[in-house]
Amino acid sequence: MIDDGRALFLQIAESVEDQIVDGSLAEESRAPSTNELAAFHRINPATAAKGISMLVDKGVLYKQRGIGMFVSPGARRQLLAERRTAFADRFVEPLLAEARTLGLGPDDLTDLIRERAAAAARSPERTAR
Amino acid sequence: MTTVIEVSGLTKRYRDAVGVDDVSFRVEADTITGLLGRNGAGKTTVMSILTAQNFATSGDVRIFGENPYENPRVLSRMCFVRESQKYPDDAQPRHAFGAARLFFPRWDQSLADRLIDELQIPLKRTIKKLSRGQLSAVGVVIGLASRAEITFFDEPYLGLDAVARQIFYDRLIEDYSEHPRTIVLSSHLIDEVANLLEKVLVLDRGRVIMDEETDAIRGRAATVVGDAAAIDAFCKGRTVIHREDLGRMASVTVLGALSAADRRALADARLDVSPVSLQELIVRTTQNAQQTPAAHLQEGALR
Repeated sequence: MIDDGRALFLQIAESVEDQIVDGSLAEESRAPSTNELAAFHRINPATAAKGISMLVDKGVLYKQRGIGMFVSPGARRQLLAERRTAFADRFVEPLLAEARTLGLGPDDLTDLIRERAAAAARSPERTAR
Repeated sequence: MTTVIEVSGLTKRYRDAVGVDDVSFRVEADTITGLLGRNGAGKTTVMSILTAQNFATSGDVRIFGENPYENPRVLSRMCFVRESQKYPDDAQPRHAFGAARLFFPRWDQSLADRLIDELQIPLKRTIKKLSRGQLSAVGVVIGLASRAEITFFDEPYLGLDAVARQIFYDRLIEDYSEHPRTIVLSSHLIDEVANLLEKVLVLDRGRVIMDEETDAIRGRAATVVGDAAAIDAFCKGRTVIHREDLGRMASVTVLGALSAADRRALADARLDVSPVSLQELIVRTTQNAQQTPAAHLQEGALR
């Protein structure tokens, strides 16, 4: 995961967010500590701390004095909404750009997506791979 | 934050060469700083002056606010692991560890024992007969187990294999997390240590050409690949630090973080973007500084 050119603390925050989004880190459960993150990703603890404090500022994690960090209730929904926008920026925008060069409009794209989704549903082993 | 190392106008001149040229920087307490640069850039000289093992020609050095020279209050709180540490002829690793245990007030024997075991250091062989890697391992043990408030590691991994280096990095993070202290690490293997560093200080021919937080440097430059004409258009008004051409294709490294709008423009122009590693950025910057001696003045962005 690490090193796609963005600040490392952002990537660390994102790795924690990933776990919340995919459900492996449940709301109200204990989040990994700064030192655990530092040891796992082999990074400077200050960087891990920066990632954690960003998540606290965003309201994704909250601190329980003397115990540690916990996942806030509602964090998953908040992150999913955020990811939806990011998904559009990251995938839909380039998709539209490439479609334009091929002369495909939004309706053509919708048709294509439906077609492929239906094909994938018919032969699930293809998507499993 | 407290400043524990303060260097201003440090210069080291030899008879006909300048080793360190008007260097100024600060190091904050409880951080890990990477001291990077090519061979002969002045890294070892700076570290040995800071630890009072060498004399400055001019300039001022403050460690914990004091002059380190013949100052036991300061010296007992510092540990310098030299790349070419000399030991007495008949000394064995157990003697070196025994001496370190007496010298460093915060020495942790159980950490030392664990590292000796993990790095497989023969305790009863004379140090002269150790391999380069084993010699480095002795330094690593002393540097980590000393728990000195400021520890300097000068190329601590020479001769260490990948497994031993990983042990060093893992134990460093682990022990630093539990016992925060100031670490200054010089290294050629920039990408290997990049994630450990909070700050990066790059020396080039005796001068500081970069002094920044590692996170601020990341994303500082990007490499763009694609049609040369499209690249020329994109690069207009940007600082290009490296360029390679292949027919009608070009690969260009540009300075400056890319905005969302930049990324969209790149996608529209069908140009590929890839991140630049810390190592690559430093190599390019160093090359640039060497091509134009005054580049470090012009490229304010890199300072």
